[in-house]
Amino acid sequence: MTEEIIIAGFGGQGVLSMGKILAYSGIMQNQEVSWMPSYGPEMRGGTANVTVILSDDRISSPYLKVYDTAIILNQQSMDKFEASVKPGGLLIYDPNGISSHPKRTDINIYQIEGNRLAAEMGNKKIFNMIVLGAFLKIKPIVKLENVIEGLKKSLPERYHHLIPLNKEAITKGMNNPIPFEVEKEIFHN
Amino acid sequence: MSELKLMKGNEALAEAAIRAGADAYFGYPITPQSEVIEYLMSERPEQRTGMVVLQAESEIAAINMVYGAASTAKRVMTSSSSPGISLKLEGISYLAGAELPAVIVNVVRGGPGLGTIQPSQADYFQSVKGGGHGDYKLYVLAPASVQEMADFVEDAFEMAFKYRNPVLILSDGLIGQMMEKVVLKDQKKRLTNEEIIEKYGSWAVTGKKGRERNIITSLDLQSEKMEARVHRLMKKYEQMEKEDLRYEKILCDDADYLIVAYGSSARISQKAVELAREKGIKVGLLRPITLFPYPKKPLFELADQVKGILSVELNAGQMVEDVKLAVEHKVPVEHFGRTGGIIHTPEEILEALEQKIIKNGSVRYHKTRESSIL
Repeated sequence: MTEEIIIAGFGGQGVLSMGKILAYSGIMQNQEVSWMPSYGPEMRGGTANVTVILSDDRISSPYLKVYDTAIILNQQSMDKFEASVKPGGLLIYDPNGISSHPKRTDINIYQIEGNRLAAEMGNKKIFNMIVLGAFLKIKPIVKLENVIEGLKKSLPERYHHLIPLNKEAITKGMNNPIPFEVEKEIFHN
Repeated sequence: MSELKLMKGNEALAEAAIRAGADAYFGYPITPQSEVIEYLMSERPEQRTGMVVLQAESEIAAINMVYGAASTAKRVMTSSSSPGISLKLEGISYLAGAELPAVIVNVVRGGPGLGTIQPSQADYFQSVKGGGHGDYKLYVLAPASVQEMADFVEDAFEMAFKYRNPVLILSDGLIGQMMEKVVLKDQKKRLTNEEIIEKYGSWAVTGKKGRERNIITSLDLQSEKMEARVHRLMKKYEQMEKEDLRYEKILCDDADYLIVAYGSSARISQKAVELAREKGIKVGLLRPITLFPYPKKPLFELADQVKGILSVELNAGQMVEDVKLAVEHKVPVEHFGRTGGIIHTPEEILEALEQKIIKNGSVRYHKTRESSIL
């Protein structure tokens, strides 16, 4: 099994850390992993993305053009990466702040209202864990217990008291992905 | 016990230096290698092993501190990125001239000038064709994974002391910034002066009690002596070619076409090889692990088997010259690469192979021959 994922959004949304937790989760189930950030003069509010690969075999390229899954968290990333999902692949996005919804009919598309759900839970910072949960519901490539183990590894010990909250957020995400149907009318104009 | 971790290439390299029993690190921050000095500082190696870690006032100061520590046969390392390495080159030439062991790490970014902070392989010429002044070579290792970033530190120290010559680890922003699984080796003890003398001889300045004084210098105003020194260096480089050449062949046995690539480009090219084979095109990959010495002989031999070779590098065409020299015009050799910090995708590499080699190979071969006759 190989899963090639791009996670893209604004800096500060937890894009890189979501990728890191996925990578750690892969290690917990003895997989090969790679985590390749688009580093640069980026900052809070700018764009950030990371390519994460989990595989049972040795990973060749950590840098890709097309992906099995795109996790999209802002409009710029939607514009950039919708076309990069392999046919039959998965696009999952938070509709909050998205004005131009995806148009492809050859991929599976889901929405997760991460921002709204995080606000309901009273902690905006766990937004990325809600999105991760939704992804893992649709593609259970890592087990929840391995994600929790991964969290333990990637978080400094002083934050370990937040792990139950993260688990709750992941579960919340798992319960809330909504399949998105691209309306056929779009293509008539 | 060895230890499994998820680390950035730069961090793995820094941790490996502590564990390899390095005595000192002198450096100056620059993107994309700043994690090396950040990690070393945060790990407090002076408490773990007694290793000295110092942020110098400049790259030039750092390389001269390396010269000083290397003169006493201590295991010393420095790291920087392209513009910083350019500043260090005077010192690197002195290290080679004075025959001192040291490990220098270049996490390459795009150039020339201040260029960009994104990954690049445009320092190939600088690394293998001298860079600094005079007749010298560095032993150059090119890691292609986070694991190799860690493993090559110890290998580099071994080679530096075996040959009493500076060793360069030529990485880039991609390998330095990405995270992968890495297995770290056990902590090695730092060597005492007595152990250094027993292991490597008494060439270093370790205090002259009971022996003639040792002089460490790259200056020799008597031409005959200086020529003898240059000849001695050339002998070492020949020995490196015979004993310590490293490369990896991937799916070369049945290959009709060959990609040559090192470091990050080798990883991306390997995916291009996989994509090609899915389409039924038999492509192999030769990955030089040492860039000096260069795998000339394996390339020369593979040129009898394949119909064409593509050199894939994140630059405007540098290593392709060494590939051409190695295969001696037996088959067409072309270059493909992106610059400015843009990274080529596996799909782009495959397309370049199809366009430049598979489709036009024989045509271009004749053109090259005609122009070389004229």
